[in-house]
Amino acid sequence: MNIDQIKKEFPIFDNKVQNNDLVYLDSANSSQKPRIVIDRIYDFYSKEFSNVGRSVHYLAVAATNLYEQTRTSVQKYINASDKNEIVFTKGATEAINLVANTFGQKYLDEGDEVLITELEHHSNYVPWHFLRKSKKINIEFAEVNDQGEVTLEEIKKKITDRTKIICVTHLSNVTGAILPIKEIVSFAHSKGIPVLVDGCQGAPHLKLDMQDLDCDFYAISGHKMYGPTGIGVLYAKKKWLEDLPPYQGGGGMIREVKKKGISYGELPNKYEAGTMATAQVIAFNESIKFLEKIGIENIEKHETELLDYAVDLLGKNNSVNIIGNPKNKGGVISFTIEGIHPHDIATILDEDGVAIRAGHHCCQILHEKLGLPATARASFGVYNTKDDIDQLNNSINNCKKIFNLK
Amino acid sequence: MNLKELYQEIILEHGKNPRNLRKTDNFTRDAKGNNPLCGDNVHIYLKLNDNNKVEDISFEGNGCAITMASASIMTDLVRGKEEKEVKEIVTDFLDMIKEKDELNTQLLSEDEKTKLMCLSGVKQYPMRVKCATLSWHTLTSAMNNSQEIASTED
Repeated sequence: MNIDQIKKEFPIFDNKVQNNDLVYLDSANSSQKPRIVIDRIYDFYSKEFSNVGRSVHYLAVAATNLYEQTRTSVQKYINASDKNEIVFTKGATEAINLVANTFGQKYLDEGDEVLITELEHHSNYVPWHFLRKSKKINIEFAEVNDQGEVTLEEIKKKITDRTKIICVTHLSNVTGAILPIKEIVSFAHSKGIPVLVDGCQGAPHLKLDMQDLDCDFYAISGHKMYGPTGIGVLYAKKKWLEDLPPYQGGGGMIREVKKKGISYGELPNKYEAGTMATAQVIAFNESIKFLEKIGIENIEKHETELLDYAVDLLGKNNSVNIIGNPKNKGGVISFTIEGIHPHDIATILDEDGVAIRAGHHCCQILHEKLGLPATARASFGVYNTKDDIDQLNNSINNCKKIFNLK
Repeated sequence: MNLKELYQEIILEHGKNPRNLRKTDNFTRDAKGNNPLCGDNVHIYLKLNDNNKVEDISFEGNGCAITMASASIMTDLVRGKEEKEVKEIVTDFLDMIKEKDELNTQLLSEDEKTKLMCLSGVKQYPMRVKCATLSWHTLTSAMNNSQEIASTED
C-alpha cells in the first residue's frame, strides 16, 4: 500500500494550512475526502441531477438507479443479507435516534432497562435518555475498566430481566477500545435481547460482516468513511424494519394516503421520508469503492502500525499520559500532558499544522469517570504516515517548551 | 510569533498559579459560567460591602491557561472597586477583546492595563476568545445576581 500515492488522492493535502503542511489527526471526528467523492457530487449536480423515486423522466430514473446502487454497495460492503436492510439517514446520530424512537415506542415500557456503556458517544446515550421521560425507562451503564475497555463479563453483569436492548460502541472514540461485539451479541441473543452497535468508528477502520456479527442494528456515519457529510446508514435486520413503526412521516414513505387512513410503503422507503441527501448518497458509493480499492484489511493493518508507533513514541515522551490501554485498540490516542490543558495543546499544535481535537469528544460520561474535564486526541486515517506521528511528537515537545516543562 | 503573543509569560504564570482560586467566605453574590463544548467552567464569588465595593472576589473552576489566567487577573483587578466601576472595567475589557486596540478606562493604572492587554493575543485565535471572556461574563452575571449559567459559546 503506497500511502504517498493514496494521500495524493485527497486534494486537502495539496494546500498549505497556515503555511504548514497539514498533519490531519482528527479523522475520528471526520475524515478528509478523496477527489473521486468530491468530483462525484459536482458531476451529479452538473450532469445528472434529479430527485429520486418519484418522476418517470430519464434523469429521475437514472438518479434513482444511482441512489439504489449505493444501497447495494453498502449491503455488499458490510455483508448484509438483504439490500433492504440498508436505510439511509442523515448520519449515525439519526440512525440511532430512529431505533430509539421506533423500538422505544413499540417495545419499551415503564421500568424497562436499556443497557449502554460508559464509553458511549452522546449520540448513543441522549436518544435513549429521551425515553426516560416519555416512557419512564431506566438506563444502565456497563462500566469501563482501568484499561479503558468494556468487557463481555461487565455487560453480562449488568443484564437483568428488565434489559430490553443493549447499545454499545464498536470502537471507542476516546480510548480506542474495540469491543467484543460478536460475543456480546451472542450472549445477548441467548437472553433474547437485541443489540444495537454504534459503528461510527468501527465502519471506517474494521472489516464489517453483519451476518457474522449478527447484531440487530448497526449505525454508520458516512463522513467518517471518507464520504460526504449529511449521510449515514442504519443497518437493521429485516425482521426489525418490517416490525417497527415508521420514524418520520412524509413523501416517499407511504403507499396510500386517504383522509381516513394511511398505509406505509415497503422497505426501504418506509424509513426514508422526504427528499434524501441524494447527491451525498450517490457520492458515498465512491467512498465505498475507495475503501474497497485499498482494502479495509490493509487500512486496518496500516492504522495499527501507526498506532503502535505512536503509542511507543508518545509513551516515551515525559509528561504525556495516554488514556487507556485496551488490548484491542483502534487508531485513536487520547492523551493529557501534565501541566498543559488540552485546549492549549490543540492551539499550539495547530500552529504547526497539526490538527487534533481537544475536549470531551462528546463523551462526558467517560470523562467524568476518568476525572478529566478534557483530553487531547489524535486519531488516524488511511492518509496518515509515521512522519505525521513524528510531527505530532515534535509539536508536543514545542508545547512543553512554551509552558516551560521539561 | 502569534503563539508567543498568546502565551505570554504573565499568562502562563497566572494560568499555572491562579490568584484568588478559592471560595470567599460569606460571599454576597455568585454565578457560574460554563463552556460545555470546551468543558471549561468557573464559579465566581463576590462579596460587596455596605458601600457596594468589592471587598473580596474569588473563583473556582478549571480550564485552559487562557481561561484560568483571565479569571486570575480579573479577580485581582476588580477588588476594591465599586459596583459601577467593575461594570465599566468589564465593558472596557470586552470591547477591547471584541474590537478596540486598547483599554480606555481611567479606573485602572497603566500597569494594570498592561497586564490585561496580555490577554489581547486571543484576538488572533477566534476559538479562544471565549476562553478569555468566560470569567468576565460570569462576573457580570454575579453582579446582576443572575441564576443563569453564563456561557461564551454560541
